[in-house]
Amino acid sequence: MSDETDLAARVLKLVGDGVEAEVVVERGALSLTRFANSYIHQNVADETTTVRLRLHADGRTATASSTVVDGVEDFVRRTVASMRLAPADPTWPGLAPHDAPPAGGNFDEATAAAAPDERAARVRAFVDQARGLEVAGYCRTSATRVVYLNSAGQQLTGGRTSAAMDGIARTASSDGLARLASTRLADLDGAVLGARAAAKARAGADPVELPPGHYEVVLEPTAVADVLQMLAVYGFNAKMLQDRQSFLELGAAQFDPAVTLVDDATAADSTALPFDVEGTPRQRVVLVDAGVSSAVVHDRRTAAKSQTTSTGHAIPGGASFGAVPASLRLLAHDGPAPVEVDGPAADSGVAALVGGVRRGLLVTDNHYTRVLDPRTLVVTGLTRNGVWLIEDGVVTTPVRNFRFTQSYAQALAPGAVLGVGPRGVELPGAWSESGAIAPALRLASWNYTGGASG
Amino acid sequence: MTHFDVAGAAVEAALAAGARYADARVMHRRSESMSARNGEIEDLSQAEDAGVGVRALVGSSWGFFALPDLGRDAARRAGERATAIARASATVPAPAVDLVEVEARTDSWASVCEVDPLGVALSTKGDLLTGATAEAHKGGADIAEGIYQIWDTRKWFVSSQGHRIDQHIREAGAGISATVIGDGETQRRSYPSYRGQYGTRGWELVDELDLTAHAARIADEARALLTAPRCPSGETTLILGSEQMALQIHESVGHAIELDRILGWEAAFAGTSWLDLAKLNQLRYGSELMNITIDPTIPGALGSFGYDDEGTPAAPRHAVKDGIWVGTLAGRDSAAVAGLDYAGSVRSDGWARLPMVRMTNVGLTPGPHSLEEMIASTADGVLMDFNRSWSIDDKRLNFQFGCEIGWEIKDGRLGRMLRNPTYTGIGPRFWGSMDMLGSELTAWGTPNCGKGQPGQIGHTGHPAAAARFQNVRVGVRG
Repeated sequence: MSDETDLAARVLKLVGDGVEAEVVVERGALSLTRFANSYIHQNVADETTTVRLRLHADGRTATASSTVVDGVEDFVRRTVASMRLAPADPTWPGLAPHDAPPAGGNFDEATAAAAPDERAARVRAFVDQARGLEVAGYCRTSATRVVYLNSAGQQLTGGRTSAAMDGIARTASSDGLARLASTRLADLDGAVLGARAAAKARAGADPVELPPGHYEVVLEPTAVADVLQMLAVYGFNAKMLQDRQSFLELGAAQFDPAVTLVDDATAADSTALPFDVEGTPRQRVVLVDAGVSSAVVHDRRTAAKSQTTSTGHAIPGGASFGAVPASLRLLAHDGPAPVEVDGPAADSGVAALVGGVRRGLLVTDNHYTRVLDPRTLVVTGLTRNGVWLIEDGVVTTPVRNFRFTQSYAQALAPGAVLGVGPRGVELPGAWSESGAIAPALRLASWNYTGGASG
Repeated sequence: MTHFDVAGAAVEAALAAGARYADARVMHRRSESMSARNGEIEDLSQAEDAGVGVRALVGSSWGFFALPDLGRDAARRAGERATAIARASATVPAPAVDLVEVEARTDSWASVCEVDPLGVALSTKGDLLTGATAEAHKGGADIAEGIYQIWDTRKWFVSSQGHRIDQHIREAGAGISATVIGDGETQRRSYPSYRGQYGTRGWELVDELDLTAHAARIADEARALLTAPRCPSGETTLILGSEQMALQIHESVGHAIELDRILGWEAAFAGTSWLDLAKLNQLRYGSELMNITIDPTIPGALGSFGYDDEGTPAAPRHAVKDGIWVGTLAGRDSAAVAGLDYAGSVRSDGWARLPMVRMTNVGLTPGPHSLEEMIASTADGVLMDFNRSWSIDDKRLNFQFGCEIGWEIKDGRLGRMLRNPTYTGIGPRFWGSMDMLGSELTAWGTPNCGKGQPGQIGHTGHPAAAARFQNVRVGVRG
């Protein structure tokens, strides 16, 4: 048995009989090398073991976590005491039953063992390939091993690694972005990313201000990932649906037939763990099937309320917030394998979408997006890291950033999706390691409600 | 072995490995939160974490490493790893860096706390949340939610320059909200705000909020919003209540004056700032009514402490004086780079995270007006309050904020309630249009300020008062 399994078993034994108990022991290592003004200014790493314990008895529940591994006896004693005093929990869904364990997750030993020098070397390459432009960003690796045990006999072990590099190159008037994630650090080439960011920055120099209004757009994968994450959190979360706060209507053709959206932590490129914090193996869930809203993700509480089974998407603290997709991907469409191209488009697949636009915008990234109302999924935010005017299928002019106020659901509505790129790009989340796999999208309309000057 | 000894061992190991400066924070935190919905408890979570985080400077390059183990050997290993990481940083080296001088002190500090929030019975806390949310649900809320959060943090700081400082900071707060579901939209009202109200205080803060007394009112207002007219679109006179003003200050002043942003250190993620250091002490940020202080000494405010996480003692200073930009939120290294002689605004959200420039209490000094005077002197305008959505660009200039509730103002009187009020603007133009400022300050606490990579959650305070602004674009719609 591993140290984590030993620890989990010890904690479960300390809880004793007569209590429904689940223990999660998570050993994580996170390293992140950050650069700005073309030098490494922050470089951090930590190694943490966390024990999470959820207990239920006599209609009462308590959840606790601790990093004080040497003091687990006291930790268990306090959690049991809290459970005895906790208010009633009438919607306790029970523990995950014993089930066949899923595959162990996508764990790359080389990424887990990556030294600071390996991240720094990628930063060096990014800086060098920007060829004199100022750059900023990060290179990150992380590794997690998890053991789940519960008093109903469920026992799971798994692990995951992830790596990401995200950087901008800057001119006096523009920023250009390159961003990529993977399960393996070896997949990240700082030189390629640095060159891409620099090419976009140079192509974006001296932008002009255009009037706000509705524009046809080509969203690069980096911007599409933001759209998908908003859909995931506010739309395909069963709790939001049960509360009637989601825009979603299951069975309805709410999206363009070009849209098929899947959550699949079982895929070989997923950076998610193979099971959730409640010990439920993650299922592949088709959220949108050729435009039809088909499913939401569940944890055990929302599943019990909907009289279904959990899809394995519980998150820590999810009793209030609900379940969230873990490995979201918008399926790409068939097409030639993309290659690097000159100019601001991220690749030839994006350039092909641009070629179909008579007048519109090429948008690299969205920034600081916030939901005004979850029922309409109207979001405000700004463009960032490169916007260009497209005229007669050609990128002609760099454009200053816009503010938008746009319903993300309507942006993908039937008839609104005019093209889907041929490659899904794996991207990190802004605030979490798991982001989305997204192709570029050509959309009929996006509502820009303000320009850079107000 | 004391916690100071652990931190000291980490610093010694970093120096022995070649660091020219090192500091270490041993931190122990217990936290607790409970949430309720429609009269039933939804979640009770308790957490404890402890560890040591070490920062090492080799040449001009930094390294940081953290471990949850508080033994001497682990602390030494953390110091050595931090130094090794700094050496890797040196392969893409920074320009020469120094630290502004801070007197090395040995001291203890604790926040004010009348009622230990972790000592209050869970049943008492649960009864408060279930009672308040039941009342709001009964009053018409489809979803009535309540939450409290508590943090009890002890930290021991040691630096290679001789600091030995321990602090005990207790924070608590709570809030409730009422959401109603309409035909294709939702409306929400909250008390005292959606995030709640938080401070470096004990459970007495939560008691003073008297959540239950406000539950039925917010439910009633939320339901009334469903049928209220939409906020009109166009330019008008805008009065903001103090809760929304706290958010306005946080986003369009607090983040903009962070020195790491101004220096470009956050360029790829949080962003930079529209402020140019060459214009410090000259640039007009807003009207002459605008006076913003950075003050971590305010008793009970959420951004208060005795020393920041670099050992700099808390001290107030102006960020904006009579409308002119005069100060920044700074750390010892960023201040040295910028040629400033003060630091004091560096914090980490735990032992496992690098201390970085963060807001403390950033807020307004009071003005001469009352809210009633503002309304009475407005012929045509809108009053908005209680933040619902917030978005601002990467230079902290172009913002668009939504509020839970608005009211039209006609001929000096409050008129109809307005739903979905939003407003947008450009920071200095907006602040420059402020022509009336309230005299009644509330030090709002924001417990969810995100920054940094890896992400950190900061706790900040914002003294704020109602204020009036001219020619503001309102009613932006999707």
